[in-house]
Amino acid sequence: MEMVQAPMSIEELEKMAAVIRCDIIEMICTAAAGHPGGSLSSADIVTALYFRIMRIDPEDPGWPDRDRFILSKGHACPVWYAALAERGYFDKAHLATLRRLDSILQGHPTMNKTPGIDMTVGSLGHGLSAGLGMALSGKLRKKDYHVWVIIGDGESQEGSIWEAAMAASKWKLDNLTAILDYNHLQNDDSVDKVMPIDPLIDKWKAFGWHVIEIDGHNMKDIVDALEATRSFKGMPTMIVANTVKGKGVSFMENVCEWHGKAPCQEEADKALTELRR
Amino acid sequence: MSKNTISPYRYVRPDILSILTSDDLFTKAERQPTRYSYAEAILELGAKNPDIVVLDADVSKSIKTNLFAERFPERSFNFGIAEQNMMAAAAGMATTGLIPYASTYAVFASMRALDMVRNSIHYPRLNVKIAASHGGITPGPDGVTHQGQEDLSIMRAIAGSTIIAPADPTTTKLAVWAAAEYDGPVYLSFTRDPVPVLFDMDYPFEIGKAVTVRDGKDATIIANRDLVVQSLVAAELLAGQGLDVRVIDCHTLKPLDIEVVLQAAHETGAIVTAENNMYYGGLGSAVAEVLVENHPIPMKRIGVRDTFAESGPYLELLKKYGLSAEHIVKAVEEVIERKS
Ligand SMILES: Cc1ncc(C[n+]2csc(CCOP(=O)(O)OP(=O)(O)O)c2C)c(N)n1
Ligand SMILES: [Mg+2]
Repeated sequence: MEMVQAPMSIEELEKMAAVIRCDIIEMICTAAAGHPGGSLSSADIVTALYFRIMRIDPEDPGWPDRDRFILSKGHACPVWYAALAERGYFDKAHLATLRRLDSILQGHPTMNKTPGIDMTVGSLGHGLSAGLGMALSGKLRKKDYHVWVIIGDGESQEGSIWEAAMAASKWKLDNLTAILDYNHLQNDDSVDKVMPIDPLIDKWKAFGWHVIEIDGHNMKDIVDALEATRSFKGMPTMIVANTVKGKGVSFMENVCEWHGKAPCQEEADKALTELRR
Repeated sequence: MSKNTISPYRYVRPDILSILTSDDLFTKAERQPTRYSYAEAILELGAKNPDIVVLDADVSKSIKTNLFAERFPERSFNFGIAEQNMMAAAAGMATTGLIPYASTYAVFASMRALDMVRNSIHYPRLNVKIAASHGGITPGPDGVTHQGQEDLSIMRAIAGSTIIAPADPTTTKLAVWAAAEYDGPVYLSFTRDPVPVLFDMDYPFEIGKAVTVRDGKDATIIANRDLVVQSLVAAELLAGQGLDVRVIDCHTLKPLDIEVVLQAAHETGAIVTAENNMYYGGLGSAVAEVLVENHPIPMKRIGVRDTFAESGPYLELLKKYGLSAEHIVKAVEEVIERKS
């Protein structure tokens, strides 16, 4: 299998993010089901993590000292699968089998089936706690791996998110970074209408976290924030990434309906043309 | 069917035979996911009874309870992705005389919020209706995290629980309405995927009363929710082999209709249970408990074995995980064989 080189430059990362966005559209169109909106909004962050930031070895997915990544908003797994495939964890041909019987790519991420998936998720509000456990273990065993967890803004309505928030600050887990994909939409409607979560930055600060706010689609911002957080000591970091749900596909951007709807072939073609420009 | 034979079916739509024997049962027949039937029923109920309130946890668009929210905005409460809060709040509303229908997916209703469902709803016996979509492995492509394959078993373990798993769009509406008349917690289970309309509105729906929807004397299939249609298809396949098989729509899992189960045991001498749920703790277990204590006869359980399923199209999953009409046919042949 052809292996891509990492770490990538900002420009290379931007190109890779576009490739990953195309993979997402193709995958969900072929499966005729899945969640494009939240996959596209996380695409730049996931790309930065896999192609620049994380200490990982695609040849050895179980390497005990690797950085860990959890996409706690597991429904957006097409972005995770695309990144893993592009990084060389498995053959890209698998992407076309998403959600099919006997596929290694389940509708929600499953650690026992997919190489590179560090934690099974899909029921919202679990991933940050799982990441907390990995971070606690890292401290106990004096490992210097870092744990990265992406959570959704709708997902932040789960009480368990805040239970994890309290615990991470209690144990001063500076080896844990949460990244909020702040796209302002969830399944039913806008987060503001369904159940407001603001003032978010104040909340995370009040829970004892170091908070950074970035543009979640500006690759340099993303990389700078992720790099800074690895060396930040004494408390866990929350990166609030301002994002656009459906980012990169004009007709999906900020449209709630694209949360869990697959594009038909014609729509996919239109999306791919835009993304390849 | 020739003119002289009396139809073995009851309460079914007139064209049932052509539906059950068609190759494209799930693409041609009039059909609907029963979560939508719930949404329609609750809309009608809301218009009649001002005490009805609907609680959601950010899947109202999926269940279509957003229609209720549009029509009765002041009686609709979206809690966001916070199922535990929703369930305990439903309990609080019920203490004041409201009748909350708390709607989410089965995995979250029966597991994420189980402590609230047990301690805040069932222990004080509050009048909360739990409307759980995505029952069994009906949410195929989403995969295991969204497949409520054990909710019926879990709910059956709670003292004083009432559990209803209707088979089709018609009986789903009847179940939702019956639940409103009943004073106490009711767990209602719906499908994510469409199931064919099987029954007419003259179906005598009563909580706790199983309904024999196909007569037969050689064996009995007792089924619930989406495996009722598979059982009826199985019965027709068996009829082709000259076997005359009874089918009971056991929509109420708890309290179980012991009388109808024992009558079937006495009259047909062999029983197969069929459920899209773990094969322990649910319908199969409930029927087995009654038979073992009262009238042991050959019996076999169709259900999800001790495994998680996977992503895949609903009907393909039924085949792979042993829940299809063909599996039911084999089980019936086996129990009939054991009778002799
Ligand atoms: C506990 C739980 N409740 C409900 C769901 C169904 N669900 C899947 S995605 C989603 C909305 C998620 O919104 P958000 O976290 O904002 O994700 P994004 O906008 O990034 O897609 C819901 C309600 C779930 N997966 N888990
Ligand atoms: Mg969101």
